[in-house]
Amino acid sequence: MAESLTGEALVSPPRSLVRASYGDRIFKGLLTLAALAIPLLLGFLFIELVSGSRLAIARFGFGFITRSTWNPVTEEFGAFPLIVGTLLSSFLALLMAVPLSLGVAIYLTEFAPMLVRKPAAFLIELLAAIPSVVYGLWGIFVLIPILRQTVFPFLQSLLGFLPFFQGTIYGPSMLSASIILAIMVMPYIMSVSREVLLAVPSSQREAALALGATRWEAVTSAIVPYARSGIIGAIILGLGRALGETMAVTMLIGNRHAISASLFAPSYTMAAAIANEFAEAVADIHLSALAYVALVLFGVTVLVNAGARVLIWRVTKRGVPGGHL
Amino acid sequence: MVGIMAATVILAVLPLLFILLNLIAKGAGSINWAFFVETPAPAGQSGGGVGHAVVGTLIIVGMACLMGLPIGVGAGIYSAEYPANRLARLARFVADVMNGTPSIVVGVFAWTVIVANQKHFSALAGSVALAMLLIPMVMRTTEEMVKLVPNSLREAALALGYPRWRTSLRVVLRTALPGIVTGSLLAIARIAGETAPLLFTALGSQFFSINPTQPIAALPLVVFTYATGPYEEWHRLAWATALVLIIVVLVLSLAARIATRQRFTPNA
Repeated sequence: MAESLTGEALVSPPRSLVRASYGDRIFKGLLTLAALAIPLLLGFLFIELVSGSRLAIARFGFGFITRSTWNPVTEEFGAFPLIVGTLLSSFLALLMAVPLSLGVAIYLTEFAPMLVRKPAAFLIELLAAIPSVVYGLWGIFVLIPILRQTVFPFLQSLLGFLPFFQGTIYGPSMLSASIILAIMVMPYIMSVSREVLLAVPSSQREAALALGATRWEAVTSAIVPYARSGIIGAIILGLGRALGETMAVTMLIGNRHAISASLFAPSYTMAAAIANEFAEAVADIHLSALAYVALVLFGVTVLVNAGARVLIWRVTKRGVPGGHL
Repeated sequence: MVGIMAATVILAVLPLLFILLNLIAKGAGSINWAFFVETPAPAGQSGGGVGHAVVGTLIIVGMACLMGLPIGVGAGIYSAEYPANRLARLARFVADVMNGTPSIVVGVFAWTVIVANQKHFSALAGSVALAMLLIPMVMRTTEEMVKLVPNSLREAALALGYPRWRTSLRVVLRTALPGIVTGSLLAIARIAGETAPLLFTALGSQFFSINPTQPIAALPLVVFTYATGPYEEWHRLAWATALVLIIVVLVLSLAARIATRQRFTPNA
């Protein structure tokens, strides 16, 4: 194949060159279309969300975000409890997941025996492959019974003086949802921080060790500070996942449009409200309000993800200017 | 301190083991031939299977692949072969942003584009939503795989008089193909487990259907509906279905991992 082509090219350069340039143009044109499709699709998605929520935007305006009523019968909609629920569940999930995933990432890049590093990272990354609905199923039938019978009563007896741990203990609750979210975002934070830590030049580590630092001191004084903005990026990426996570949260949070101080009480998130109500909503304004919720959620996650990407790129692609020590 | 960190690794792996063991314990007993070919028994009765959802998932995911793979792979080749190009950089950034977009939001998009216009739920709307999720994932893997092809291969083909497009197709793409295939399989496994974007697009159904313009069942929807339903029998089917989903996803993940490790080990 190659021989005949080279032969042909040698015999008649002009014709094959012309053909090649046509082929190149068509090929590049097709690829360009595919590449163009991606930004166009995102733009289309944004436009559709805006047009879908037009009714609700016209009726409620920006006040939608701060109002707390959600009543399909009187057609009054406000997303404040949903927004609070989304932010709070994600925050609690990060509170649990961040120390854990950073511990794992640092241990697996700096201290663990070479033999376990890759397999352990792979096992944890497998957690990210489990479908959300399976987490939900497991949460309903395994996690919630354990939490309600042993963990929550224990927390209440230990920390019951705080308002967060008072009141009736429900199984499906803010805390149950946050715990499942923590398990779900941990592999993302772990895996990205691990990549970022691996990208720290070894000169960084060697310099600290040469100055007499222990391995632990080298990690805290030279490696983690160097990777800092990348690690923050990893955490924000995890936040983005947590904000948009739908099925497991819908199945575990209890789905109640209310804000409650107690973490044992049922709550709601933006994603869960859309999942539960969209297929059943009949009134146009109800659908539009849910699309408005989707638009808010989309806006928040785009901001969060774009921020995270920029921070991660700074470490892995260009290195951090002045990010040393 | 190092000891504590070693303990975090065990704590992090624990949920995976716990979930897998529970799935096997509660789901494996229900998996038999009837499970894959029958439709569910009427509510409250025992027996039946999720054959309708197996067919539904194959149809929805198949159509999503038809729409998503060409765009994803094409855009991936583009941004790897013309990396400094402004469009390549934009596509890469937007793909990352899309990767982070909640799947439920994509579901709302598919609803407004298709369901709202068609006036009823359909398998096609579900496929559009899944394709939207597939494209950025496939684009990024394709790009990574094409980038790993050594430049010397490209130069050799060009030096032999191959035009650029043939070089890209017959040399670069062929070398990167195993990686692209496994990466795509991984992405397909990921969308096959997606539930949120199907809730109000494909909707789910109790019957066999192959009509893309009508509502259709899907395995993840079965898990959701049956897990949140009241019957013991439904819960049994939910566990078994979840086990099937997990096996598909994990086998594809492991296969992808092993295949890519053998093909490309740039540093090791």
